[in-house]
Amino acid sequence: METNILSIIIFAPVVGAAINWFIGRRVRDERFIGVVACGSVAISSIVAFYLAFKSGGALRSETPLLDHIWTWLQVGTLRADFALAMDRLSGTYALFVTFVGFLIHVFAVGYMHGEAGFYRFFAFLNLFMFSMLTLVLADNFVLMFVGWEGVGLCSYLLIGYYTDRKEAGDAAKKAFITNRIGDWGFVLGIMLTFFVTGSVSFQTALSFFKTQPVDPFTAGAIVAGGATSIAVLLFIGAAGKSAQIPLYVWLPDAMAGPTPVSALIHAATMVTAGVYMIVRCSEIFVHAPTAMFIVAIIGAATALFAATIGLAQNDIKKVLAYSTISQLGYMFLACGVGAFIAAIFHVITHAFFKALLFLGSGSVIHGMHHEQDMRRMGGLKKYLPITFATMVTGWLAISGVPIFAGFFSKDEILWRTWSAPAFSLPSTTFSKLLWGIAVLTAFLTAVYMTRMMVMTFWGQERFRDAHAAHEEEPGDNHQQHHGPVEPHESPWLMTVPLIVLAVLSTVGGFIGIPYALSSVFTDRNINVIEHTLEPVVAKIGATEAHAQPVSAPAGETQHGPAPVPEPAPAAHSGEEITAERALAGLSVLVGLLGIGAGWYLFQKRPLLQMPRLLENKYYVDEVYDAALVHPIEAVSREGFWKIIDIGVIDGILHSTGEIVTEAGRLGRHLQAGFVRGYAAIILVGALILIGLFAYLGFPGV
Amino acid sequence: MEPQLSWYLALSAVLFTIGVTGVIIKRNIIAMFMCIELMLNAVNLTFVAFASFFQDVTGQLFVFIVMTVAAAEAAVGLGIIIAIFRNRESLDVDDASILKL
Repeated sequence: METNILSIIIFAPVVGAAINWFIGRRVRDERFIGVVACGSVAISSIVAFYLAFKSGGALRSETPLLDHIWTWLQVGTLRADFALAMDRLSGTYALFVTFVGFLIHVFAVGYMHGEAGFYRFFAFLNLFMFSMLTLVLADNFVLMFVGWEGVGLCSYLLIGYYTDRKEAGDAAKKAFITNRIGDWGFVLGIMLTFFVTGSVSFQTALSFFKTQPVDPFTAGAIVAGGATSIAVLLFIGAAGKSAQIPLYVWLPDAMAGPTPVSALIHAATMVTAGVYMIVRCSEIFVHAPTAMFIVAIIGAATALFAATIGLAQNDIKKVLAYSTISQLGYMFLACGVGAFIAAIFHVITHAFFKALLFLGSGSVIHGMHHEQDMRRMGGLKKYLPITFATMVTGWLAISGVPIFAGFFSKDEILWRTWSAPAFSLPSTTFSKLLWGIAVLTAFLTAVYMTRMMVMTFWGQERFRDAHAAHEEEPGDNHQQHHGPVEPHESPWLMTVPLIVLAVLSTVGGFIGIPYALSSVFTDRNINVIEHTLEPVVAKIGATEAHAQPVSAPAGETQHGPAPVPEPAPAAHSGEEITAERALAGLSVLVGLLGIGAGWYLFQKRPLLQMPRLLENKYYVDEVYDAALVHPIEAVSREGFWKIIDIGVIDGILHSTGEIVTEAGRLGRHLQAGFVRGYAAIILVGALILIGLFAYLGFPGV
Repeated sequence: MEPQLSWYLALSAVLFTIGVTGVIIKRNIIAMFMCIELMLNAVNLTFVAFASFFQDVTGQLFVFIVMTVAAAEAAVGLGIIIAIFRNRESLDVDDASILKL
């Protein structure tokens, strides 16, 4: 169904960005800039909600809403339109992106109060919303890539927002360059998709795969140039954007940007773009068991790895950054075992509670006058009661305490991992193993979140005495005030979004209550998110009939075409329900144990020294520096600069100049200004020509 | 004895050579100018001779064109010569070796 108002969703923020950039910079009135920025996102949000829920809207009908804005590229058979499509998946995304984005914009108006670059910040933030919504609503790979690069650019601009701080600039560059590696994979994936399917439009390209056989589960499939190759390349792109091993290193550094940026871009929306992309292309992934295996392994590894680092960080934002990486790992794990809906569900709840936690930390940082080190906090619950109360909600949500949003989505992922069919995993032992990793991660998550809460809000008030020692440290200019810091609660502009997000973090999980739990109370299946997304997400084994004859030539493909059929969602066997309930109980227990362990460990000794290895993030940055950055720098300096640039390029350039100079030095003797000489030269030339003609004969005569 | 075509061509060649030699060896700009005119008229003579030989009027028409151009050139050239003389008080082309005054 065509509808033109769909484009309002993406164009309202870009108009806001333009107004703030061109007019806001002259007006310099925070109220004006704030109203423009928040208003434009509010318009997007309202339009998104209207289009999603009106009768025949995106979330209520089977067919997507389309808006063809203009034909952008048409070369041969390649056709990429600037066209938007809002189906159930992109609609769901657009809803939470615009809504959470709006709340964060409001928060940022309070947080950024008094900053010199106020207009710049909001212009970039609106531009980010435009890019993110383009990414989400694009109806083809190429336009999605435009949005993909757009969010990368805005991320770069906003991480480096504090232009007077070197670490912010370095972090921005790191984020941008690391993302380039991922983008390389994404671009190649798009090219290969076009090569294989002949189209870059999601509808055509993905429906092409519906009729294809499932690739065999072998390492060779990765380089075979089929669905598996595409899926692996796309996953490289997703790993860059969504900070998975080995490309996660940019995300912790990205915390150098202002806290609302961390909340919006590096927790709630942009970093989940990789998950979105994989779910969007789930049709490709269910034809590529090898790629899904890689996704699951990387996801689980990232989840555990980042959670252990998160245990030992002292910067409140760094803890949350590693927590984000870890949660993203969860989402990829879900994608890898074929639980795409669970991944999206976790994206949504994560957007709520992680945005809440980030904004809460922003409120703490604001209240502490730009202090981020938790070792210099403590006992803040008395001073920041609203922030404290809302952050408790986020803490319980991420730790997986029941009724809070995080519990349902996390539990869904755990259950899906446990019960994963042997499609993308060599055997069911693997699914148990991955489940074990996920449970361990859930435990660690609860521990480090408890540590963060304890260090920040409970215990001794360390900011007064720490301040004295703090002042002696040179080069730390975060401290704007001198004399003892008196923490204060934030203004209502900041607390209201916190409260709204806290409510969402509490009730947001109710959109996805699994049947196993809801059946305790009612017979109706009230898993809204699953109903909504089911038509647009591919299922493992759906193409089994086609797969069977083609992909079983060798013995190695035995577990390729998924002998375990996915049970229809309506048919819940009693055995499964019991197992799911048991596991849910177990994950609650794990969460509570984690909180308990965290409380026990850190309540009395909040400054407990954590293992050096973890505190230094396994020295991954150092290893990357030594293994990649320094060699590249050395090759660039010694090879590219000194040999190729100075030797070859400058050499060619300079010698060209010298040859011309020398030729001129010789040739200028002809131009003596001596008129009779010129006449003689003309004569000689004429004689030579006549002689030539006489010697060779006139052509044509 | 009837004049032959070769006589005209020989005369024309002699005149043209005198003109070329004059342009190269003369220093006086007016003399050079006259030599150029001489070359043009040598060519004119060739044209007329061939026109008569081939009984074709085109050659005579070409002479008119050459004369017209020569007249225009004389006007411009003399103007330049007068301007140079006013500025340099000299008609020696070797003195006028630079454009700047």
